[in-house]
Amino acid sequence: MAEPIVQKIGQAKLSPARRFKDKLFAGLCLGSAILGVLLLGVVLWGAVKDGFGGLTPRFFNGFPTASIERAGIKPALIGTTWVVVLTLLISIPLGVAAAIYLEEIASKNKVNQVIQANIANLAGVPSIIYGILGLAAFVRFFGMGQSILAAACTMSLLVLPTVIMTTQEALRTVPKDLREGSLACGATAWQTLLKMTLPCALPPIFTGMILTASRAIGETAPLLVIGVVASTREIPKGIRDPYTVLPIQIYNWSSMPQKEWHALAAAAIIILMAMLLSLNLIAIILRNKTKRI
Amino acid sequence: MAIREATAPVPSIKRRVSSRTIREWFLTNICLSAGLLSIVTTLAIILVLFNEARQFFTKVSLVEFFTGREWQPLFAEPKFGALPLFTGTLQIALGSALIALPIGLFISIYLSEYAPPKVRGIVKPALEVLAGVPTVVYGFLGLTFITPILKTWGLPLDTFNALSGMIVVGIMIIPLVTSLSEDAIAAVPRAIREAAYGLGASKAEVSTGVVLKSASSGIIASFILAISRAVGETMAVTLASGAKPNFTLSPFEQIQTMTAFIAATVKGDVPYGSTGYQTLFAVGFTLFVVTLILNLISMKLVKRLKRHHG
Repeated sequence: MAEPIVQKIGQAKLSPARRFKDKLFAGLCLGSAILGVLLLGVVLWGAVKDGFGGLTPRFFNGFPTASIERAGIKPALIGTTWVVVLTLLISIPLGVAAAIYLEEIASKNKVNQVIQANIANLAGVPSIIYGILGLAAFVRFFGMGQSILAAACTMSLLVLPTVIMTTQEALRTVPKDLREGSLACGATAWQTLLKMTLPCALPPIFTGMILTASRAIGETAPLLVIGVVASTREIPKGIRDPYTVLPIQIYNWSSMPQKEWHALAAAAIIILMAMLLSLNLIAIILRNKTKRI
Repeated sequence: MAIREATAPVPSIKRRVSSRTIREWFLTNICLSAGLLSIVTTLAIILVLFNEARQFFTKVSLVEFFTGREWQPLFAEPKFGALPLFTGTLQIALGSALIALPIGLFISIYLSEYAPPKVRGIVKPALEVLAGVPTVVYGFLGLTFITPILKTWGLPLDTFNALSGMIVVGIMIIPLVTSLSEDAIAAVPRAIREAAYGLGASKAEVSTGVVLKSASSGIIASFILAISRAVGETMAVTLASGAKPNFTLSPFEQIQTMTAFIAATVKGDVPYGSTGYQTLFAVGFTLFVVTLILNLISMKLVKRLKRHHG
């Protein structure tokens, strides 16, 4: 926010006590901001510092065995890929469709207001509750068992509110003139939506998708509840197969009492954070590229 | 001539059921169904939680559940007093709020009132990354980094302790407080600030006396939402604060929160349909209701803010 002119004039007339309070407050605010940035450094460094020694080829190719020397994250990496890709395939079409309904089709009647409020509420439901829902609905009721499919379905319900809300925001960024121009040229409402509004809203929608992917990569609690096979010796080959994912592997190794396991967990955290940071980087690069067009 | 042409009746377009109309009808309904899925999800959550919780409460009285001080649901002689889980959750929620609310609020004031664009360009992305760190990483951090550091300071800590859980959850919810408070502060009209400066107020006086007051309902909404997040947080508290139901308010001891109980119990493979299995749903239902109430209050406050500033 630009500094108002009056404030600069007024500053000189402050009494010493008021000036001191003014400086103190500014210092507190600045200090907190610096602390925020420092905390990020502490969090990242504290979580990964013991892990660099563990990043050997064996670690990437190995299975989560009982021996520390030979343990690796291959099944977890592949499991994470399966779950995340399937989650995106389920949640993005559903989320975009729901957002289109709420933003472009629905009139502002009571039913749609209820849907909108409900989505905001769902976004605030703790992730572990989704785990309980997934356990009762997908694992038991639909008989999916502890499979990749059950995990992806649970995860999809979890990220759906976020997908819907980010897509809605993206659709809102498209100027009204463009839509009205298209309608005036004789396009139907749906042609306008598919050929004008959606393409224009694509960059922010895409950013939302990448954020969804990073959420799905890091989310742990719901998968813990619906059940992950503790020590996988097999690489999953289909959506019905049992699986393990990277965050669960990190959790398992972290809960071991010996320090050596913690180093493995730290190494896995390095991989996890690298994946998340590069996803964010891709989102930023693509966003800048599409903006120029 | 020209007038006659203009007033000539427009040939009426016949309403034909073309393939396009059908396709668009389908598209509309697909989108509607996707929207309705969210309602189905909510109903399913309530149904699943309520159904099993109801069966649990036919065996265990509400009074025992909410006032009993011993929580040993899987023992041979089970005790179903959930107070230890509630105090555990309360500790984490209050402790993390004590850390995150002031820091988060000061950062948001700094970002909206003080920060030059360049500094903003560093602080904002840093907070975004902080918000994107998976919760299991925070748990690992609490257990293997924060607790050992606190121990070297001579604090009488258990390996798992409430304090490190509070600290990591506190760090975790700072970005949430900051971004929501900043939104609320940004909604304060510039004219009010200018008026206060015109009366000779200092920057701090404008920030605290005018901006914060004007944005207060939005800021309180961000606080409540952050506390709700802390209540529902699972992985960080499970790893950092442990899995022992403990009726205590001492931050140095091992505790168990509602979420940590759910996580620990499902891992132990409780038999399907047993009372132990149903405790999951009773605790889950309580958790759901608490977070729902917090979220609803927060949403009401945001709405009030919007009305306030048009």
